[in-house]
Amino acid sequence: MELTLWTYEGPPHVGAMRIASSMKDIHYVLHAPQGDTYADLLFTMIERRGQRPPVTYTTFQARDLGGDTAELVKKNIKEAVERFKPKTLLVGESCTAELIQDQPGALAKGMGFDMPIVNLELPAYSKKENWGASETFYQLLRTLLKDKASSSIKISPLRWKELGRRPKVNILGPSLLGFRCRDDVIEIQRILSEQGIDTNVVAPLGASPDDIERLIDAEINICLYQEIAETSCEWLKRNFGMEYTNTIPIGIKNTIKFVNEVHKKLDLPLTNKKELENKSKLPWYSKSVDSNYLTGKRVFIFGDGTHAIAAAKIAKEELGFEVVGLGTYSREMARQVRATAKELNVEALITNNYLEVEVAMKKASPELVLGTQMERHSAKRLGIPCSVISTPMHVQDVPARYSPQMGWEGANVIFDDWVHPLMMGLEEHLIDMFKHDFEFVDGHQSHLGHTATNTEDFLKTDEKKEKNNKEGIIWTESGRAELTKVPFFVRGKVKTNTEKYAISKGIPEISDETLYDAKAYFS
Amino acid sequence: MSKVEFDKETGPREVFCGLTSIVWLHRRMPDAFFLVVGSRTCAHLIQSAAGVMIFAEPRFGTAILEEKDLAGLADAHEELDRVVNDLIARRPEIKTLFLVGSCPSEVIKLDLATVAEKLNKRFLGQVRFVNYSGSGIETTFTQGEDGALKALIPLMESSNEEKLLLVGTLANNVEDRFKKIFRNLGISNIESFPPRQSTALPKIGKNTKVLLTQPYLSDTVRDLKHRGCEIISAPFPLGIEGSTKWFLAAAKAFKISELKVHEIISPLINRAKLALESHKEILKGKRLFLLPESQLEISLARFLHNECEMDLIEVGTPYLNKDLMKEEVNLLPDNTKIVEGQHVEKQLDRVRESNPDLVVCGMGLANPLEAEGISTKWSIEMVFSPIHGIDQAADLAGLFSKPLRRNQILTTKTLVTH
Repeated sequence: MELTLWTYEGPPHVGAMRIASSMKDIHYVLHAPQGDTYADLLFTMIERRGQRPPVTYTTFQARDLGGDTAELVKKNIKEAVERFKPKTLLVGESCTAELIQDQPGALAKGMGFDMPIVNLELPAYSKKENWGASETFYQLLRTLLKDKASSSIKISPLRWKELGRRPKVNILGPSLLGFRCRDDVIEIQRILSEQGIDTNVVAPLGASPDDIERLIDAEINICLYQEIAETSCEWLKRNFGMEYTNTIPIGIKNTIKFVNEVHKKLDLPLTNKKELENKSKLPWYSKSVDSNYLTGKRVFIFGDGTHAIAAAKIAKEELGFEVVGLGTYSREMARQVRATAKELNVEALITNNYLEVEVAMKKASPELVLGTQMERHSAKRLGIPCSVISTPMHVQDVPARYSPQMGWEGANVIFDDWVHPLMMGLEEHLIDMFKHDFEFVDGHQSHLGHTATNTEDFLKTDEKKEKNNKEGIIWTESGRAELTKVPFFVRGKVKTNTEKYAISKGIPEISDETLYDAKAYFS
Repeated sequence: MSKVEFDKETGPREVFCGLTSIVWLHRRMPDAFFLVVGSRTCAHLIQSAAGVMIFAEPRFGTAILEEKDLAGLADAHEELDRVVNDLIARRPEIKTLFLVGSCPSEVIKLDLATVAEKLNKRFLGQVRFVNYSGSGIETTFTQGEDGALKALIPLMESSNEEKLLLVGTLANNVEDRFKKIFRNLGISNIESFPPRQSTALPKIGKNTKVLLTQPYLSDTVRDLKHRGCEIISAPFPLGIEGSTKWFLAAAKAFKISELKVHEIISPLINRAKLALESHKEILKGKRLFLLPESQLEISLARFLHNECEMDLIEVGTPYLNKDLMKEEVNLLPDNTKIVEGQHVEKQLDRVRESNPDLVVCGMGLANPLEAEGISTKWSIEMVFSPIHGIDQAADLAGLFSKPLRRNQILTTKTLVTH
């Protein structure tokens, strides 16, 4: 039993809903009690979908439990098939139905339909949403490509040459409730098409069962989000010999690496290598003198595996930040996140507990947080600027404008989204510096809210000397005055460091000079 | 009774379960914690319905059952014990802890009553434990509050003092207004259930006169009757008409003259009628379809027809207690169609066929209907907004007129959706 106040991921059947809702001509009969329909609002409210998710909930009640819930399942399957006429039927159960063991998938298969039926067994008490999405996508592929898999077709990545046409690829992994998937797909297709590469199928987003059946018309697969598509890509490789890409095209370096990887796999010469570096404004914006102040900014990163790893690389290599924390809630990707953290000399935080993330964030005293919507809230409480880089989705993460994370435009979006909160941080510092000027109206509102400067109360204290810590260190007036001149976003850190320094040196009173001594000591 | 048409329907539903009521109950009683014993689905449901991220640390959480908890019930009880200990160590300010049953905990027959009893002994004088079920296999949405209140009744001491007890969660400002009006009427001893502090439970007995503020409290009412309370029969205080009759019923129970009531509330009524005008202009003659969810549907239909002159196509309700709703049903126009239960697909067919001007529905259905060109009002807002009383009648009407007004401004009936 695990006490959970808030969770980054939903249950696995919500993952299955993401696949079903992303696709066309599919219906999902979910053996579930009333209340589980809440998941519909994730799609209709957060994603602002104009269609209901294609899901029928059997809605069993306590009084049904003594009777025949299996009959109820069959009735719902029959009605759903008649009403929605899906080309493929997904059948599964939510947490409660798993306990009553009606085997809805097996029941559906015995009902004599001629459409393919995918029996989803998603263990609700051990797995979570992304796993459920991945497993659903994989089971769907297996079901729809079963016949072709047994005919031992082997697909060479060079087949396009023999066929005398442009190379074709599949883009696998984008789904509803995935972070900026809608726009990433457009960006990646654009990049590929500029290189003379056609997109065969994008799936699950926008695909139909017929599209799944023609996945093998492509030469290779692009694995766009490992959380959702890696298992499927691996299966396609095993059964059809289809190669797939490993590079996630987020950031300039990885987008270029991605383009190279695709070309290499297809044995397609890359003719515009030099040009690629100028496709995005990020490299120049990052190089321009205005960005000097970004150097060494302390950044704390937490999100799903794909986006957290990508963010760490961009932060360090493309923006010149210092990564002071890296973590993920995706246990499936813990290994990769740990490897990246090791390269950056930080310890990876693998957890589902947002309070643990908040503690780590506070300890790292970053100047910028890149996280989920939950980290945005934690950062707000701590008065640290934040940009959101990952699911779980919030209505704000589905912007009206084109706003990918991947490719050239994605890099532009990332530059703006990450640097603007920092610029506001700088503005904050200016407000702080000039607050004694008469032009400033008393009570100038900070965009970070009133909790922005957590040392403020300490500074405001009237007493000239105050024992502020358990070791009995005293801040003198000059020390206190000097501390107010430190930018608010590092003030807490400076205060702690100075006290640490004073204790270690046995200095009982902190004056302005002690502050400078400590500064020199720690630099 | 007016000639109202009753119908029952079964099938797939699109409603919240009783756990959702934690979202307003925990705000009402800030010294209480609601611990759902359930699955990741339960946790995800509550955070999705509540938009929990605004809280630093919410006063509700889920003890998520894992595979090993399902293997042996003894272990599950022990695990729950551990979770509760951790929670209380972390949150010493908690005075009452609600152990809330869910679909999975009910199916595996986790005995929360016994767990609560044991914990009560251990934490005697520090924290009180009560249990109830908010599971979807037994409860719909607002019925969760019914369960929570029923669970508190055994903790209420007896007293034969004469008092008016307002039962059902109200917004604090509305509660204050009501109390002021009752005092002006000459009723001085007024208490609310649930109270603002979980430990400040009202005492009850044979001179307690219960006035319901919410229509979804069947079980609570039954248990209050068993404790000797008198239940005042009245419509619910939504809109001018409902609120007036509600005040009158209370006054009658306290032998206060009708004249006195009118004297006190007439200025309020006049003011409210004035405020209602602009909304009525928009709502008048518009056709309304209410899908089932909160059990407030019948009272809302009565208000929107009688005071806002809307036409009622169908009034859905997840559950109908004919006894409690008698006064309300009597006020409905003849031939109103009330449908208890739901077959969401068939009901949506009827929505489309009847081409309504406004549909009251859950959040899962609102945008899809809007995309079809049908204006909607999401029902969950009714339980989060202060809508009770004469002073709030215009605000209540405003919840329904706003989508229509917006539609007029934006003019196009159908939009391309993405």
